Amino acid sequence: MKPLTKLGLGPLAIGAMIGLAALAAHPAFAQAGAAAPASPIPAPTVNKGDTAWMLVSTLLVLMMSVPGLALFYGGLVRTKNMLSVLTQVLMIVCMVAVIWVCWGYSEAFTSGNPFFGGMSKLFLKGVDANAQAATFSNGVYIPELAYVCFQMTFACITPALIVGSFAERVRFLPLMLFIALWVTLVYFPIAHMVWYWDGPDGIAAAALKGAAALDAVNKDAGLLFQWGALDFAGGTVVHINAGIAGFVGCLIFGKRLGFPHEPMPPHSLTMTMIGASLLWVGWFGFNAGSNLESNGVTAVAFMNTFIATAAAGFSWAMVEQIVKGKPSLLGAASGVVAGLVAVTPASGYAGTMGSVVLGLVVSPICFFFVTTVKNKFGYDDTLDVFGVHCIGGIIGALGTGILVAPALGGQGIADYAAHPGTLSAGSYDMVGQLIIQAKAVLLTLVWSGVGSAILYFVIEKTWGMRATPEAETMGLDISEHSERAYNY
Amino acid sequence: MKLVIAIIKPFKLDEVREALSAIGVAGMTVTEVKGFGRQKGQTEIYRGAEYSTNMVPKIKVEVACSSDLASRVVEAVQQAANTGAIGDGKIFVVDLAQVVRIRTGETDETAL
Repeated sequence: MKPLTKLGLGPLAIGAMIGLAALAAHPAFAQAGAAAPASPIPAPTVNKGDTAWMLVSTLLVLMMSVPGLALFYGGLVRTKNMLSVLTQVLMIVCMVAVIWVCWGYSEAFTSGNPFFGGMSKLFLKGVDANAQAATFSNGVYIPELAYVCFQMTFACITPALIVGSFAERVRFLPLMLFIALWVTLVYFPIAHMVWYWDGPDGIAAAALKGAAALDAVNKDAGLLFQWGALDFAGGTVVHINAGIAGFVGCLIFGKRLGFPHEPMPPHSLTMTMIGASLLWVGWFGFNAGSNLESNGVTAVAFMNTFIATAAAGFSWAMVEQIVKGKPSLLGAASGVVAGLVAVTPASGYAGTMGSVVLGLVVSPICFFFVTTVKNKFGYDDTLDVFGVHCIGGIIGALGTGILVAPALGGQGIADYAAHPGTLSAGSYDMVGQLIIQAKAVLLTLVWSGVGSAILYFVIEKTWGMRATPEAETMGLDISEHSERAYNY
Repeated sequence: MKLVIAIIKPFKLDEVREALSAIGVAGMTVTEVKGFGRQKGQTEIYRGAEYSTNMVPKIKVEVACSSDLASRVVEAVQQAANTGAIGDGKIFVVDLAQVVRIRTGETDETAL
């Protein structure tokens, strides 16, 4: 038998065996026969289809960052800052990928405390071709390296989202230092809090052992997971997290020179359209891939990703038609992204019609924030990371609490403990779930908002993150990278 | 000799060119320009940011002709470029002191 290293399951699986042995030793069971009762938990298997899907999903999410997000953002800035945005996104992806395999994965996805993981998989110790990671089905596993890669793409894109908030005015190297610290102190802990748990078999094995064991396993999960917060693919972890971090940054660094008097129109909405479209396609890997296997719920997430986005793109353009008199490409593309953001936490939980409603609702709210609220308060969130990602993420997080309701076509809450070894529907209470979702949103806003503010402040005061007025006027492409995007 | 300078709406260029060819004008110079008069500029909206541009894109047509032809050139442009709306443009006529054809060295009327 090959050695199995499961996602946080090693000691638990052994515990389950001891538990079963203890049951077998009980007189009542001993009378039943010489053979120990078979475990209701299916044996761990790795399916080639699941593995292939997860590797493809990983590529799709990578495509969201480069070139998707890079082009989406790049098209929105002025010609003189195009390369600075592309470089920032590309280099963040490169740097965070290395950080992820060194300590990020261990910090996010190993057993530690409710806030962050331990050091057991530092430098991916023990994560080899035979290691397996749990999915959401009993007995179904994927290669742990596939899981590490898939989660790596999330760690790469989240900090890249932030830079849109203060695009066109920060220096490259201090930004990279900020990102390295931010993923370590903000992203990995929040990923741990929301997504780390012992897996379906871990819960089933503990449930067979009794209430005390089940309690111990539940306490091993991340804080927000323990609360019961639902976040299928990263509404809190990715979008609210990055959105508030960007917002705090744009407040601390201040407005771009000339904002808002000087016209600063996007230099290429064509590229923004290409980027938004690549984001949409890539997001199928992000959301449907987050099911970690290839089954019916994957198809649910796939459909929701498709239809909420379409509804949101449509409703943004229609709101513009009503308010401004004309629909715009940038509006439709912004609606598409807002829809993708909102459906992210809901993708595996909502039903198709619920997703349509979510998409229709999110765009008018984001539109209100990027037009009315932004202009009223006068902050310079360059590419509307706050208005689209943070606000869209909050709508999605709260919406998930409602749309998961089986009565609304949602998937309901999964319960792995009631009938160990099989998945059954847990109890659902809409108000209670909404309160949990709101608490999760608040914790993310505070953790990321405060953590980011401290990091920005320290780096700005010690090293200086904001570009000099001269460099900013010249454009960051020349002043930071000594190259131009377009040489005619 | 006269130099007729006409500022017209861009989409009227072909009609102006045809009208001038019809009265025997053999050449012209066309430039894309921006400016403003009574016509208001466009408003561009990028999500929350609205920029109003004061300058409107126009086409400048320059025609050098003999003094006899100048009034007919002005009339042809005025009719061809007319839509009846604000922003149709203006025509300026100035005296031309000298004309030289670079290839042959011919001057004035023969060079036109």
